[in-house]
Amino acid sequence: MNSGPQRRLASIVLLAAPLAACSGGPLDPHGPIAEQQRLLIFNALAVMLAIVIPTILVAVGFAWWFREGNPRAKRRPDFVYSGRVEIVMWAIPLLTVIFLSGLIWTGTYNLDPYKRLVSDRPTTEVQVVALDWKWLFIYPEQRIASVNELVVPAGAPVHFDMTSASVMNTFSIPQLGGMIYVMNGMVTQINLQANHPGEFYGRSAHFSGDGFSNMRFTTRAVTEDDFARWVEGVRGGEQVLDRAAYEELMKQSIPERPFTFRDVDPHLFHAVTTQRIPPAPGPSEGRGGPGIQERAQK
Amino acid sequence: MLGKLTWDAVPWDQPIPLVAAGVVGLILLGVIGWIVVKGYLPYLWREWITSVDHKRIGVMYTLLGLVMLLRGFVDAIMMRSQQALAYQAAGYLPPEHYNQVFSAHGVIMIFFGAMPVIIGLMNFVVPLQLGIRDVAFPTLNSVSFWLTASGALLVNISLVVGEFARTGWLPYPPLSEVSYSPGVGPDYYVWALQISGIGTLMSGINLVTTILKMRAPGMGYFRMPMFCWTALTSNLLIVAAFPILTATLAMLTLDRYLGFHFFTNEAGGNMMMFENLIWAWGHPEVYILLLPALGIFSEIISCFSGKPLFGYRSMVLATLWICLNGFMTWLHHFFTMGAGPGVNTAFGISTALISVATGVKVFNYIFTMYGGTIRYTTPMLWAVGFIVAFVIGGMTGVLLAVPPADWQLHNSLFLVAHFHNVIIGSTVFGAFAGLTFWFPKAFGFKLDETWGKRAFWFTFGGLWATFLPLYMAGLLGMTRRMQQYDVPEWRPWVLAAGVGTIVIFIGVACQVIQLVVSIRNRHALRDETGDPWDGRSLEWSTTSPPPAFNFAIMPNVKDEEPYWTIKQKAIESQNLADEPDYKPVHMPRNSPTGFICAFFSTITGFALIWLIWWMVIAGLVAAFATFVVFAWWDKREYEIPAEEVRRLDRERRAARQVWLRDKAASLEEPA
Amino acid sequence: MSAAGTVAAPHGHDPYKLGSGRGEGGGHGGGPHDEATGHGEGGPASPRVIVGYGFWIFLLSDIIMFSAFFAAYAVLAPNTAGGPSGRELFELDRVAIETGLLLLSSFTCGLANVAADARNKLWTEVGLLATGLLGAGFLLLELQEFAGMIEQGAGPDRSAFLSAFFALVGCHGLHVFAGLLWLGTMMAQVWVKGWQPHIVRRLLCFNLFWHALDIVWVALFTIVYLIGSGA
Repeated sequence: MNSGPQRRLASIVLLAAPLAACSGGPLDPHGPIAEQQRLLIFNALAVMLAIVIPTILVAVGFAWWFREGNPRAKRRPDFVYSGRVEIVMWAIPLLTVIFLSGLIWTGTYNLDPYKRLVSDRPTTEVQVVALDWKWLFIYPEQRIASVNELVVPAGAPVHFDMTSASVMNTFSIPQLGGMIYVMNGMVTQINLQANHPGEFYGRSAHFSGDGFSNMRFTTRAVTEDDFARWVEGVRGGEQVLDRAAYEELMKQSIPERPFTFRDVDPHLFHAVTTQRIPPAPGPSEGRGGPGIQERAQK
Repeated sequence: MLGKLTWDAVPWDQPIPLVAAGVVGLILLGVIGWIVVKGYLPYLWREWITSVDHKRIGVMYTLLGLVMLLRGFVDAIMMRSQQALAYQAAGYLPPEHYNQVFSAHGVIMIFFGAMPVIIGLMNFVVPLQLGIRDVAFPTLNSVSFWLTASGALLVNISLVVGEFARTGWLPYPPLSEVSYSPGVGPDYYVWALQISGIGTLMSGINLVTTILKMRAPGMGYFRMPMFCWTALTSNLLIVAAFPILTATLAMLTLDRYLGFHFFTNEAGGNMMMFENLIWAWGHPEVYILLLPALGIFSEIISCFSGKPLFGYRSMVLATLWICLNGFMTWLHHFFTMGAGPGVNTAFGISTALISVATGVKVFNYIFTMYGGTIRYTTPMLWAVGFIVAFVIGGMTGVLLAVPPADWQLHNSLFLVAHFHNVIIGSTVFGAFAGLTFWFPKAFGFKLDETWGKRAFWFTFGGLWATFLPLYMAGLLGMTRRMQQYDVPEWRPWVLAAGVGTIVIFIGVACQVIQLVVSIRNRHALRDETGDPWDGRSLEWSTTSPPPAFNFAIMPNVKDEEPYWTIKQKAIESQNLADEPDYKPVHMPRNSPTGFICAFFSTITGFALIWLIWWMVIAGLVAAFATFVVFAWWDKREYEIPAEEVRRLDRERRAARQVWLRDKAASLEEPA
Repeated sequence: MSAAGTVAAPHGHDPYKLGSGRGEGGGHGGGPHDEATGHGEGGPASPRVIVGYGFWIFLLSDIIMFSAFFAAYAVLAPNTAGGPSGRELFELDRVAIETGLLLLSSFTCGLANVAADARNKLWTEVGLLATGLLGAGFLLLELQEFAGMIEQGAGPDRSAFLSAFFALVGCHGLHVFAGLLWLGTMMAQVWVKGWQPHIVRRLLCFNLFWHALDIVWVALFTIVYLIGSGA
């Protein structure tokens, strides 16, 4: 293991900052799912802005026009009910919501993260394990694994089976689309695809403890050839991910830079999800006082 | 002897909490010392601490809430400044401290800031609006308040003794389980919230019973002021939702203390159940905070537009709609859990449906203003600001209710911006509007308008300056709760939000100055009539501040705006109604039960946190003893003689007579 | 619980005082507010109605709390984590006796109420004492059951199923225990203070509480024990 478990939370990782040099959020999609999600966000916003903007204008307009000092305003202190106005004021939001419900319905079914992506290219399988505080990516077909670096072929679907070694996390690559929780003893799934080669920011989007801010990874979408080359390169590495290595890995730490495993126990993921490997330990000691500082620097 | 509690529990090596606690401690000691030296202690004990008067309790609730809002705001400043500094740098707050700060910020703002202010306003206003003398269970009311204060105290003790939860404002397991949070942080969380939660639940029972069973003669449901309706629904939600919180936290407590497996990774625990249960409480909680604010704005907009509320029945229907619908949307807090598309669709649509009712409310506000004569006082400014903020915040909320959008924006700063936009824009604006509106009723003088308006403009501007950038940062993919980050695109937005916080800070400072200035000018700002705003509901018919018994004679309600009708009649006939036949009034006696209960529950809670078992047992035994002693107490009422009632009411009538004369004079002038 | 005793009772001559003094049993619409016009009620209800109503609301909230524990039990019941299931653990005979004791205690509690209505101190106390003894017997059997289960390694830390079981049944047991404390206080109060209106109201609330515990137990007995040992 080239980094070993690191327990210094705040400072060390900052030196490894280039880890996530690339950013980009939901507004800058580079995959079909994220593109459709952005479109849906824009559509829903447009539908709502169509009534929100006039509402605000009318509200502020009335509020200003009927101010005490405006002699031109026609006062109607008895205007307290109007059936016609009431019908309109119930109908407008109701119709908007009905329209939005259509968007919600179709969008939710179309973009269901569990739905396999249709493609003429083969789907890459990746098993994801969220660890305190890093991401482990296992490629069951290639029998390799990497930590904090996800490499996938561009233009082809990727299917993720995900779990957590300890606490709840959320696996998220905003530019490719969507996010789903990962939990111990369970498998959740997500299907993503990158349109073209590039580097994308990946992260945990669910607070998971002291190392949460550093729980990010780089996603590299590469050409098929580059992917094959990368797999070969990883296979030429040294470390093997067996149960012992995994149990070392699952201790709380923040790696300085990504690293890989040339061979992976094929039953490892299954053993994690079925808890044949017990959940990862938390901090090694309790605290009544400020003991965390020393613990973090151990 | 002292369980887990040792000298090391105090973070001697961390200057920030130590200095903060030292300063707070000094201020507290100073205040207490001043009270003792000046000899105010007996007064304080007699008139406030043991008071069971709903008005006094309401004031104390509100004060507690305001102090805690300031406390939570300090946390907010720390978070914003940490993030401003933490671009490719460590900032000044290490994660274990930063995580406590944002957890405490959420807990304090919701449970000990917003809730007490809102409950305080309901406590103060609802019986006055209903035309009655007190709430259904006055002593219980005092117990509720002091238990809330006890919870707030425990959270603040955690600043210096031990630590607070580092889990976020909702302690999601397994992170909050013993294996991943071995410290006392989550224990402080659960016990503080259990104690204050019981207080809130009892306050809810109290107000529901009050509203349903104790209205003035003639006040049917469709004659209740809108604020009473929203208070009713809000308290119904409290009664229905807080037991779920109690149960959920009890399960987490059992997990942590006795090795149960409700939410653990091991032995078949189910952490997803925690999310379901906590949000089955948590989402109604949002409406518990929102609904009374909507009611406050109904009162204010109607009063300052000089019109009855437009579409009263629609408003009632919309209120009930929100109350019911609010219970059916909890799953939208975790669309990302991997539920099937059918479930997600159902909850997405049910969430969007809420906006029908809120939309109707907004349109009703707008048409209440239409044709009115709007006076721009501070409360009205807050109200118009609220409409703008609420509409925008509501829109982003509906956007988050679209599951595929939520899959991108969940847990991002967009979400953070959304709920701050809504909670600040409605609940906090509503609280400030309500405070300015009812302050003269409580203390007999108005708040300074100039500083009030400054406070509004800075808070309103600061709201957008802070949260529009956070919306943007969220759209750029920035997650919430980051102690540090290294994405350059986020930085300008984070810095802008920091500047916005400074603007809000100026707004907060204006509020404090407003209070000081108003108290110093209280003689100039005095309101003799009891009706400083030309109000429409019953609370304005009595003096400011109202006598202990509120109304010398219980009003007889004949329409939706009883006081407005009485007032118009008086103006028309140039005369007040005939002097009634005064009867002696029976009022509940003061009782230290609440304070003593809270004292023992604080001790028991603290002992439970630190596993000091003898103290737990002592605390529980003492609590039971308190129960028995006060159950034994017979003299629960005292009599205010008819002469006293007559004297007080004659004073009021004299002031009203003066007002009537001036009013008549001013009516004649233009003619 | 202190809900029972906060609003005061004595009949005064102030017709508008808190919960106007129309005496026990007064409801809406009667009393001095008949002249109230419009479609509203005739002013605040009597203390008995207010106290009873408030206590009902408390009971409803308590039942909601139980329903959260029931929901947790329903979710976690299959998660025995390799440990014993309800089928192996539950002794229906014991539970049947427990149920009998509790139902009987509800009956005696009702008798006490009848006696209280007749203002018969002795029989009220006898009824309450019987209720207390039966309740204590129930609690004893339950504790015995818990102790037995923990002894054979089926404690709440064994599996999520057992956690939910102990929490749900224990929560009910805790309520019974609190009820017994209340009952003792109540008996002493009736004995010393006699039939003051607020004591009578508390007795009414205690009755409501005790019967509500019975209702919860019936659900518990059915959902946990009957279904659990059949499955």
